[in-house]
Amino acid sequence: MSKVLTIRDLPREERFAPGHRMCQGCGAAILMRHITKAIPKDAIIVHATGCVEVTTTLYPETSWMHPWLHIAFENAAAGASGIEAALKVLKRKGQLPAEKEIKVVAIGGDGGTFDIGIQALSGMLEREHDILYVVYDNEAYMNTGIQRSGATPQWAWTTTTPVGRVWRGEWRPKKDIIGIALAHKVPYVATVNPAYLPDLYMKINKAMSIKGPKLIHAFSPCVPGWRYEPSITITLCKLAVQTGLWVNYEIENGVLNVTTPVPKRKPVREYLKLQGRFRHLTEEEVNAIQKYVDEQVAHINKLVGKEVIGPVET
Amino acid sequence: MSSRLPSWKELPIGAVILEPGSSRRYKTPEWRTSRPVINQDKCIRCRICWSYCPEPAIIEADKPYVTSANKRYEISYLIDYDYCKGCGICAQECPVKAIEMVPEVR
Repeated sequence: MSKVLTIRDLPREERFAPGHRMCQGCGAAILMRHITKAIPKDAIIVHATGCVEVTTTLYPETSWMHPWLHIAFENAAAGASGIEAALKVLKRKGQLPAEKEIKVVAIGGDGGTFDIGIQALSGMLEREHDILYVVYDNEAYMNTGIQRSGATPQWAWTTTTPVGRVWRGEWRPKKDIIGIALAHKVPYVATVNPAYLPDLYMKINKAMSIKGPKLIHAFSPCVPGWRYEPSITITLCKLAVQTGLWVNYEIENGVLNVTTPVPKRKPVREYLKLQGRFRHLTEEEVNAIQKYVDEQVAHINKLVGKEVIGPVET
Repeated sequence: MSSRLPSWKELPIGAVILEPGSSRRYKTPEWRTSRPVINQDKCIRCRICWSYCPEPAIIEADKPYVTSANKRYEISYLIDYDYCKGCGICAQECPVKAIEMVPEVR
C-alpha cells in the first residue's frame, strides 16, 4: 500500500448494520464499522465476549454481515487459530479451492485480550497462525460495570479502584500489550485511533497483505466508563494523539514508523480534564501523568531516531 | 417481530443467525434527547459526519442538491432517524457547523 488514502477513499457500503445497542457516541462502534469495511467481505470474524459482542448480537438479531463466530471471553485467539487450521485442511483435502484466500480476524476487548485471553493470544502469536487480532481498548471491563483491567491507566477511577483517602484510583500502570506481542517476534503490530480513519484503513489493508500473526491495538473511548459527554468522543480521540498519550504507529518486521507525527504536543491536562474518571486528580498527579507521557514520547523518539513527537506547547 | 417466540424445533441447529445485519429490525429513535438536523445549504460534503457516525445513521445518498448560492452537489448526507441515537458527534465534528442538535419534543 504505497498510495496514501484520504477520507474520500473509504468505501460507502456498510458492512455493520445499525440497530445495535451500543451506547450513544461509542468509540468501539466507530471502530467496528470501519474495520468491517476494511477487511475482505468473506473474512471470518471471531469475537471474544465483550461490550461489542453483547450489544451487536442480541438473539435473534445480529449487526454483522461477515461470517461471525461468538466465542467465550478467553479464547477468541484459540477459536480463530482453529478456524485458520481448518481452512488449511479443507484446502488440502480439495474441499476448498487452493487459491481461495479466506482471512480470519479475531476481535477482542481489552479485558478479553490483556487479562483473560492473554494465554490464547500468546499461543496464536507463537504458532504463527495467519490471523489479524484487533483489540479495542476501552481501558476497563465496561460491559460488566467498569471494573479495572490490565489496560486501565494509572490514576483512573473504576468501580474496583475507587477514589478515597487511601486509594487514588488505579495504582498500577497500563500493561504494554504491543511489547508482549513484539516479544513473540510477530511480523506486524500497529496502533489505530478512530479519529484517524484513513490511517486505520491503511494499517488494516497492510495487515491483510502480510502472512502471519498480526496485532492491532485500537483506542476506543467509552462514554459511561470514562464519564464524558457522548458528543466529544472524537475530540477525545484526537486529544489523546495530540497530547502524546496515544501514539499512532506501526512496527513492521521490527521497523517502527510513527504514522501520525505531532510537531507540538498539547499538555496532557487537556485530555484528562474532559473525563470524569480523572476528576479527582491533584496537581501533582497530573504532573506525574505528564512525566509518564514525556518519558513514553522520549522513548518513541529514540526508537525512531528523530523527533516525531514534539515538545509540549506552552 | 412476532408476539410468539419460536420453539426449539423451529430454530436452526445451534440457534445460529442466518440473516446478516438483522439488527436493522430494531429501531432506536427513542434513545435520542435531541436530533441532528443538517443544513444542506451550509454543508460542504466533507464526509466527516458520515465517517464518524457510530450507528451508522448518516446515509451518503446519490441525491443531487443545488444550494441557494447555486452550487451543485452530486451527493447529499441524510440522517436516518430510525437509528440515530442523538450522540451529537456529527454536530461536534462538523467543520462548518452545518449540523444543529434540536431537542426532541413530543
